[in-house]
Amino acid sequence: MSAPSPAPKLPVSLVANPRLSSWIKFTGEGRVAISPGKVEIGQGIVTALAQIAADELDVDITRIEMVRASTATSPNEGVTSGSLSIQQSGRALRHVGAEVRQHFLAAASERLGVDASLLVINDGVISGPGNVRTSYWELAHDVLLDDDATAGAKAKSVAKRTVAGHSVQRVDIPDKVFARPRFIHDCVLPGLLHGRVLRPDISGAKLIALDETATRAVPDLVAIVRDGGFAGVVANSEAAAEVALKALRKGVNWSAGEPLPDEDDLAGFLKSQPVETTVINTRTAASTKKAARTLRRQYTRPYIAHASIAPSCAMAQWDGDHVHVWTHSQGIYLLRADLAIVLELPAENIVVEHMEGAGCYGHNAADDVALDAVLLAKAADGRPVRVQWSRHDEMSHAPFGAAMAIEIEADLDADNEIVGWCHEIWSNGHTARPGRAAQPALLAASEIANPYPRMISTNPPAANGGGGDRNSVPLYDLPDWTITSHRLLTMPVRTSALRTLGAQGNVFAIESLLDEIAAVRGEDPIAFRLRHLRDERAKDVIRAAARRAAWKPEKRTSIGHGVAFARYKNTGAYCAAIAEIEGTDDIRVKRLKLAVDVGEAINPDGVINQIEGGAIQAASWVLKERVRFDRTRMTSTSWTDYPILTFSEVPAVDVEIIQRPEIEPVGAGEAAHGPVTAAIANAVYDCLGVRVRDLPITRDKIIAAMELAS
Amino acid sequence: MPTIQFQLNGTAVAVDADPDQTLLDVLRGRLGITGAHFGCGAGECGACHVMVDGRAMASCDMPMWSVADRDVVTLEGLGTVEQPHPLQRAFISEQAMQCGYCVSGILISAAALLKRNPSPTEAEVRAALDRNLCRCGSHNRMVRAVLRAASEMATS
Repeated sequence: MSAPSPAPKLPVSLVANPRLSSWIKFTGEGRVAISPGKVEIGQGIVTALAQIAADELDVDITRIEMVRASTATSPNEGVTSGSLSIQQSGRALRHVGAEVRQHFLAAASERLGVDASLLVINDGVISGPGNVRTSYWELAHDVLLDDDATAGAKAKSVAKRTVAGHSVQRVDIPDKVFARPRFIHDCVLPGLLHGRVLRPDISGAKLIALDETATRAVPDLVAIVRDGGFAGVVANSEAAAEVALKALRKGVNWSAGEPLPDEDDLAGFLKSQPVETTVINTRTAASTKKAARTLRRQYTRPYIAHASIAPSCAMAQWDGDHVHVWTHSQGIYLLRADLAIVLELPAENIVVEHMEGAGCYGHNAADDVALDAVLLAKAADGRPVRVQWSRHDEMSHAPFGAAMAIEIEADLDADNEIVGWCHEIWSNGHTARPGRAAQPALLAASEIANPYPRMISTNPPAANGGGGDRNSVPLYDLPDWTITSHRLLTMPVRTSALRTLGAQGNVFAIESLLDEIAAVRGEDPIAFRLRHLRDERAKDVIRAAARRAAWKPEKRTSIGHGVAFARYKNTGAYCAAIAEIEGTDDIRVKRLKLAVDVGEAINPDGVINQIEGGAIQAASWVLKERVRFDRTRMTSTSWTDYPILTFSEVPAVDVEIIQRPEIEPVGAGEAAHGPVTAAIANAVYDCLGVRVRDLPITRDKIIAAMELAS
Repeated sequence: MPTIQFQLNGTAVAVDADPDQTLLDVLRGRLGITGAHFGCGAGECGACHVMVDGRAMASCDMPMWSVADRDVVTLEGLGTVEQPHPLQRAFISEQAMQCGYCVSGILISAAALLKRNPSPTEAEVRAALDRNLCRCGSHNRMVRAVLRAASEMATS
């Protein structure tokens, strides 16, 4: 007798939320309500999920209504981050769809007296031989979806899918071009009041004393709220709230703050702090080849702002000891957990409901402003209060992507082949998201009368892709390596999750040094990479990008080309990028050619959109972006001081998808940043003959690198 | 407070407003017009662009006194689902956004461009949109959408 085959596994989101009816409901006249726990942040996820559900249920996608996530009704899928939504929510919905379909086929079989195998479903109508028919909606009263998902359901085969795998138009776009309110910023609740919170310019300063006299005289003021060092105003209109905040600011006394590092020596700062050191990965060569020489290089990236176009916004309304919160947070349940700690309330007393905000690209102030609204709404007598941060607050108090210093030592043998590789990272942790610790991560929690200490950022475990160490283990087949991560235990500049966490920095470092070694060897950088890769999917994206760029274009004055590759988190999407730049001492990125493999691309145009967007955002980071500060305060608090790439500056972007419909899909949102960063740096070398290892690559950095080289 | 009169999306409106209050505040806070978005409050990002006498301008730092007797068009006045502006159709066809928060201001800048230059080159489109920031990186799709709308308007 053969051993029983292992039980098939449920997708993780279904293990956590097994009840079928929490995902899918047949409602009203021919509608299907789909309730994912993941949220729309401009990445098109709700459309991709609708496609998956439409396919499995055999209903037209226009019948599907995507329900906004709320802790009152939605499955708990943690946080919408890490390019995991398609993997987690998509797999769960595909599974639930298949199982729900089976339930309905069984019920239809009974009602129609026809064997289930003879029934077909077409746009929700279930029919069989002899012109018998019923529908999901006719049967909905009989088919209770109150049972839990089982591992047995089998999703459609690839060949039978008609919606997933095709470029369907996004469901949210018409509202956005026709000015139908969809953003939280545009939502007006009955009796809505407006709040603003007072925060210091000086970093780490605390409120010592507040004279409220002038503020009390502001017309339309509803309340001044004070809770320890947290202070804010509530007014009848946004304009009045702004006037009141201005008045309040005149009456405040702040303590001296905490010193900030030297913005011109981030590596020196990062390497001088107390750290927690983790050896991420080691590999030992079977036979030790002698190193003839060692290349030792340091790469740095600055703090980078999320810099969402919309300032963070939230609304809150109290009813006795219950509070309802509207938020554009990426993690409604996690935000609720932190709110429960701060408010000392059971989580059941708090409903957190998602509404769309602008793209956030990670953990910005979305969660912070929700607590601000909750605290201010306490003084609103049951009326809802809307709080919106200023651009200045967004650029000085929201978390930033962590600065990084990365050192790589590559041992080369007499033939300049790599025989040893030592990669060390110094950085603050890359996440301090709410809901994951015994203490809250929300800004106002460190300001109230019984304050919580400010959370020091940590790194997700390597099994989840790591943080500062993300993508630090080479995908290349090098014989010997040691990868070490040093996480800072101090945090003068607040950091948390920014798109790709540490991957952008690590890929920049690895791919820059590989390029340098290929150049030392006089070997083509693509041939060099292909020679060190074993994974055919990796090689395929590199070859595809090379083909698209007609690698290697003939050398021309003032034009350079560079290539780079990574597989995001070493488990996600494969992406290769080739950059074409133009320049002498200042550079312009003219063109980016990318090839990407996400397995099954549910919505190919959506994948291309994400890769294009990621490539352009990465180009902006590389060419322009750097959070600025002096020793006491943030100074890049406007778009003038924190410029990003403009329409005239963005490169042409060309994306090829390698479709692999038989392979489980993975997310695309973070695949391009690392490869594009390194491809631009390598193109700078090709063009100008200098290696810039300190981001951003500005005119000054290029001149400095030229002086160093001469 | 003085009464300030102006045209809004083709209709005459009169608002009692502090002359120093911004147009964006009045649109969003008083008139329920949410198409124009707040982004920075300093005229640097373009999310709040509206057309004033046919020109795209930031409404977040435009005082009400300067709006008197002028013709203001917001995204709400550009077109409707039943009668869309070619730009609105083109932005859907090209799927020209990710989050879309900046799009209302960009549609206005593009509409103002096509009014004064019905057949712009790609470089002219980019230059016209340079005062609008997009953080998601949807620039090239938006440029394609504007060019598509222009060619559609030329042939219709």
